[in-house]
Amino acid sequence: MELALAPETLARWQFGITTVYHFLFVPLTISLAALVAGLETAWVRTGKERYLKATKFWGKLFLINIAMGVVTGIVQEFQFGMNWSDYSRFVGDVFGAPLAFEALIAFFFESTFIGLWIFGWDKLPKKIHCFCLWMVSIGTILSAYFILAANSWMQHPTGYKLNKATGRAELTDFWKVLTQDTTLVVVFHTLTAAFLAGGAFMVGIAAYHLLRKKHVKVMRTSLRLGLVTLVVAGLMTAVSGDLLGKVMFKQQPMKMASAEALWDGQAPAPFSVFAYGDVSKGHNTVEVEIPGLLSFLSHDDFSSYVPGINDVNKAEQQKFGPGDYRPNIPVAYWGFRWMIGFGMASFALGVAGLWLTRKKFWLSQRLRTGDDEIPHLALTKDKALGDGLSKWAWRLAVITLGFPLIASSWGWIFTEMGRQPWVVYGVLRTSDAVSPGVSQGEVITSMAVFTALYAILAVVEVKLLVKYVKAGPQELSESDLNPPTRIGGDDNDADRPMAFSY
Amino acid sequence: MHLHDVWFVLIAFLWVGYFFLEGFDFGIGVLTKLLARDRSERRVLINTIGPVWDGNEVWLISAAGATFAAFPEWYATLFSGFYLPMLLILLCLIVRGVAFEYRHKRDEERWQQNWENAIFWTSLLPPVLWGVVFGNIVGGVKIDADKNYAGSLLDLLNPYAILGGLAMLALFTFHGAVFASLKTVGSIRERARVTASFLGMITMGLGLVFMVWTQIDNGDGKSLVALVVAAVALLAALVANMFGREGWSFAFSGVAIAALVAMLFLTLFPNVMPSSLNESWNLTVSNSSSTPYTLKIMTWCAAIAAPLVMLYQGWTYWVFRKRIGTQHIADAH
Repeated sequence: MELALAPETLARWQFGITTVYHFLFVPLTISLAALVAGLETAWVRTGKERYLKATKFWGKLFLINIAMGVVTGIVQEFQFGMNWSDYSRFVGDVFGAPLAFEALIAFFFESTFIGLWIFGWDKLPKKIHCFCLWMVSIGTILSAYFILAANSWMQHPTGYKLNKATGRAELTDFWKVLTQDTTLVVVFHTLTAAFLAGGAFMVGIAAYHLLRKKHVKVMRTSLRLGLVTLVVAGLMTAVSGDLLGKVMFKQQPMKMASAEALWDGQAPAPFSVFAYGDVSKGHNTVEVEIPGLLSFLSHDDFSSYVPGINDVNKAEQQKFGPGDYRPNIPVAYWGFRWMIGFGMASFALGVAGLWLTRKKFWLSQRLRTGDDEIPHLALTKDKALGDGLSKWAWRLAVITLGFPLIASSWGWIFTEMGRQPWVVYGVLRTSDAVSPGVSQGEVITSMAVFTALYAILAVVEVKLLVKYVKAGPQELSESDLNPPTRIGGDDNDADRPMAFSY
Repeated sequence: MHLHDVWFVLIAFLWVGYFFLEGFDFGIGVLTKLLARDRSERRVLINTIGPVWDGNEVWLISAAGATFAAFPEWYATLFSGFYLPMLLILLCLIVRGVAFEYRHKRDEERWQQNWENAIFWTSLLPPVLWGVVFGNIVGGVKIDADKNYAGSLLDLLNPYAILGGLAMLALFTFHGAVFASLKTVGSIRERARVTASFLGMITMGLGLVFMVWTQIDNGDGKSLVALVVAAVALLAALVANMFGREGWSFAFSGVAIAALVAMLFLTLFPNVMPSSLNESWNLTVSNSSSTPYTLKIMTWCAAIAAPLVMLYQGWTYWVFRKRIGTQHIADAH
């Protein structure tokens, strides 16, 4: 059979397309839920209108986004059974439980409370309304936790035994699955990266309006919240990424050797900045390196030995029998670099932004601005960027919006493709995981339909986002400013239109 | 009682929850063309389910997730075997969810019209497809010795399963019409009751034939009881509707749905997917279930989460208890 049309190839492409697409919405959903809830809390506590305006504005963008996240998520759950039935049979006993937990605990939370939040403006007292969004936020975080526990088990299977008679993996210690290193570190890394995405999203859109000198009050508040989120999350993403790297060096040395295109083990091992290799010959033809850094990243020590791709391949051949245990090296190598590069670029821009727009610290009186003014971009105490440079700085802030999304997409591509040829590392090969009864025609059909539908929806979604971003925050209405005091809404006017309706 | 029997019951319960709740959501979607006269009436209908449809749909996600965890073999055979129907259901659920959220977000006539058409079709197809899926599960399909589906798409489109699909469509649309009469005010409420009477009679006809067919082919004493309960509840829902007792009518149409699902699962037990090729290849509660350890953990999770879910979802219905009519729909969005 032609390799390009092997059922596992098609099923993998479909999984890749639908998952990367789904994950464009996930980090924004996780972070915006919490950020908007924070803004609403600020309104509830201070009563300042700009917080309510910001809540409504970002809330609208959040809803446009979460709608896509929810519907593309259903595909993920069905897909294991549809395209990967042998995988499902093999792992169901272990992998199914966190998935069911996710649905029963997290999804119900998310979907029920989001309905209350969307339609509840004139039905719930403001404190309870705000509480509902915090519940949504908790739901998104729990959901991430359970699904990442399941994924971590694929990266590093633990708390199970193989049943020889049935040939299935059987759960022996659920607690271990939920609390193993891999799970905890991956959850930490994914959540911090999600806030990186949300922070950049806020910064980019706020910069868009500030560049045009519009909606200054709301957007200045938003810019500040976005920048602080971006910097804190960026720092934590770097820390969690380093921790995750160390775990992976231990658990999947092949993935990390591939990430560095380190063909042969070295002590001390250098970190590769740029390399061009020949996979078939197993070495690089061009490389630029930082000596010793890889040793440090893997073991906190600049001189330790790091095994290379060829070493791990040999070790795995001895352990699992003859075969090629190397993933796609260029994808792993470049995926790793795009992830770090785009992620850290957005972090650096956040640091720069936070410095340039500071309110008082080391800033002369002349350059200080009020809440309703565009901040000067102050480089030093007395010197601000000129008009031309300022404009470019704001523009750069706008495009930063996309960086974390590119980074997290590559992060997933790297970690999933870096695990190949295994679907469950060291236990089940991807080629043994597909549905034997599903025809190529069926997989091609579903892949084509999903790709086409997702492409159309992407256009629709982005256009809607752009429309609502451009429109900016809306003026508040009488009913916005007078939320009900009773659950179910006040009785004063039975025929009053709903505050929100589909 | 063995834990895998408990989980068989729990999964039936999740499907009851799903069909009861998303049943009227689907019905409302179909009624946007059958019942609503203009856009503002369509919006009244859509807004009766606006705050709740998403939470209702999670019952499906839970049913599928619980099947994966408790009966991996069942999950694997079902979803890979019924590939194209599942694909179609997925497409409908994707478009439908987006349609509810996006329809009102632009003013252009074309935009709103397109999403309204989408809501109708993506609400009409899933009930039919779920009926076809359950008809085939209960009726038995070609499952081979390796627990894989060995039939074709056409095998799934047999008369019994298609009848099941039409019966589910009629039942959910009836359920939706009763829900509409319970949740709206004004002329649409009166018309919803008339439409419900009409749909109730169609449901009676299709539902009875489907259930009797099921009973004759695969039924036993227990399933017969469920059949009688379903038929009586349906009749009661119809009568209550005619007398304008909307709450009772809705309760009874809900009981009818629950009894129908109960009947299908009682007919199945102890199989979860019988094989039409060889009885010894049947998927059963025991040969397709997870280990007792996994089932025990799942049982704890369900025992704590499910009552909690019902509590806060119930609260949502109470918060949005007021009827709505065209006067409550604002022009601006």
